[in-house]
Amino acid sequence: MNDSIKVPTMADFMAQGKSPEVLFWVGCAGSFDDRAKKITKAFVKLLNQAEVEFAVLGTEESCTGDPAKRAGNEFLFQMQAMTNIEILNAYEIKSIVTACPHCFNTLKNEYPELGGNYEVVHHTQFLNQLIADGRLSVEGGHFKGKRITFHDPCYLGRANQVYEAPRDLIKKLDAELVEMKKCRQNGLCCGAGGSQMFKEAEEGDKEVNVERTEQALETKPEIIAAGCPFCNTMMTDGIKAKEKEQDIKVLDVAEMIAQAKDL
Amino acid sequence: MAYLPNFIFALILAYGIWFFARNIIRLKKIIAIGRDVDLSDNKGERWKNMAMIALGQSKMVARPLSGMLHIIVYIGFIIINIEVLEIIIDGIAGTHRIFSGIGPLYGVLIGVFEVFAILVFAAVIIFWTRRNISRIKRFWSPEMTKWPRNDANNILYFEMILMGLFLVMNATDTPFQEMNSGNWISQYIAPWFSSIDEGTLHYIERTAWWLHIIGILGFLNYLYYSKHLHILLAFPNTYYGSLQPKGQLDNLESVTNEVKLMMDPNADPFAAPADDQEAEPGKFGASDVQDLNWLQLMNAYTCTECGRCTSECPANQTGKKLSPRKIMMDTRDRLEEVGKAMLANNGEIVDDGKQLLDDHISREELWACTSCNACVEACPVSINPLSIIMDMRRYLVMEQSAAPSELNNMMTNIENNGAPWPYNQMDRLNWVKE
Ligand code: SF4
Ligand code: SF4
Repeated sequence: MNDSIKVPTMADFMAQGKSPEVLFWVGCAGSFDDRAKKITKAFVKLLNQAEVEFAVLGTEESCTGDPAKRAGNEFLFQMQAMTNIEILNAYEIKSIVTACPHCFNTLKNEYPELGGNYEVVHHTQFLNQLIADGRLSVEGGHFKGKRITFHDPCYLGRANQVYEAPRDLIKKLDAELVEMKKCRQNGLCCGAGGSQMFKEAEEGDKEVNVERTEQALETKPEIIAAGCPFCNTMMTDGIKAKEKEQDIKVLDVAEMIAQAKDL
Repeated sequence: MAYLPNFIFALILAYGIWFFARNIIRLKKIIAIGRDVDLSDNKGERWKNMAMIALGQSKMVARPLSGMLHIIVYIGFIIINIEVLEIIIDGIAGTHRIFSGIGPLYGVLIGVFEVFAILVFAAVIIFWTRRNISRIKRFWSPEMTKWPRNDANNILYFEMILMGLFLVMNATDTPFQEMNSGNWISQYIAPWFSSIDEGTLHYIERTAWWLHIIGILGFLNYLYYSKHLHILLAFPNTYYGSLQPKGQLDNLESVTNEVKLMMDPNADPFAAPADDQEAEPGKFGASDVQDLNWLQLMNAYTCTECGRCTSECPANQTGKKLSPRKIMMDTRDRLEEVGKAMLANNGEIVDDGKQLLDDHISREELWACTSCNACVEACPVSINPLSIIMDMRRYLVMEQSAAPSELNNMMTNIENNGAPWPYNQMDRLNWVKE
């Protein structure tokens, strides 16, 4: 394990009069949530390894406003959006990569109308591109032959039609990708979207994440792969609720690639 | 007196068409209650969507069995209408099977109609069984109260009767049977009537003929009161359906103007709005149907109550009250209520002290949505229940400050710290060192 990571900020680049290839939008979960921080680091290690000249906004980054917008607070959303756009435009950002499908969706689809036009990709798309360009290699490592099922994040899949990028990466690990009955455009939500992450669920007879976890368990996976920090939390909780945390891991696709490379 | 039947026919036909036209005009006026949105863009893509989704039924086959059966009924319905044209001409002109003059092709046409009639009949029986005997879950959700269930069955009975009448009409038409061309199916039904004398047979044939055309006019006019309106509205509805990625939620323009003003240090808060700017709309979000846009209202009238949305909804699957189909049905019910009162009041909306929010759709339903878009994806006619849910949340939050308290905390955090949790923005890069 090599824990030294290089994470330059936009301000650093600015000071040197340079501009990075891409801005890594870390997102709130990626910055503050203990589980998600591991995903952030795994992705950064891959970026370092591929020698990608990236930067983060660091303390200049702020919530995209997605949870506020989906809760109905358009004011707060647009305040956040315009503040972020001001900073992004001041740094003349052209392209953004993020490991959070909610940030991805908002930056990509909802910022342009407010004056923020960037090329935005999800980290699974970005990693695929690095591999295609020969800048990053993938080894199966200890994932070779493992049964892995992928949970489609609503805001990556249905919302933006990105179904193959994460799957392509899993396949490159020489793993056995097993699909849930409900996958791709028919995938079931993990239960976190639309600001549900931040509140208790309404009364019902089950939690959504437990339902989804059961669907995942039907495939008898060794690993449940996720592409979203919120799905990751939800599925991890689901696995705990099912008392399966000893047997089954929930991992982000980037974490798997990094772990396979012993990063 | 010889022209009496022609006269009566023309009268019935005119009345049926007039009543239908009247309802369509009412419908247009009621949908126009909605806010305006400009959807005149991307005509090419829109036509394509309509051709694929409405005409081509591309979304129906996501569920293969009901999809295929529906396609049979749909094609049968369309092509048998060619026969109606003949009936209309015969009825007015007093002719009998006027198209039979075109030669052998006529036999082929009628033969095909007969095959479809029997297929439609069979499909409709399967549909009926699925609804009433197998009791497929999505047809028995709480919002499927008595009327929606009866409505669905009524349509099925209608179709059974119309198809039956069509076949009986052909089977008892002695000259047609003697012609022995095109009676592909009815030749097997004709023997049932073999013991009946010529006069009675003719009487049965005429009765079937009259009931058939009256039935079709009745069907046409039933549409407006039914979920069956989708056979017409599916076309405009898929044409105007969203072309954006499903994840994209519209940015409220009125908010943009205000936020810009707040953020611009040079802005003069007392400046008169520029001429091209619309007057400030008084209200953010939606608490009633007139706050929704016309497409959302057309969505409500287009809904077939099939429940594909609800059966895919994560909230509904886990026992929450939310059902996207109910959102659409409630919107239509409320719209009908507001619309009727408005039309009776010279086009002015009447304040009846009720609204869509709370009187029809509860807050509990609205807050259970994960905005996952499964309902939008599932809908075979491009309806977007999520957009209504979001507009109503906007009303609750921006007009009423009535978000659940945990969400208020989340929003306060974003306002103060730039994150939905109570962490300091200055700590945003701490993960690097941890
Ligand atoms: S978007 Fe909301 S209403 Fe639609 S399926 Fe998802 S949770 Fe249900
Ligand atoms: S909204 Fe669409 S999917 Fe849902 S019941 Fe209506 S027609 Fe069916």
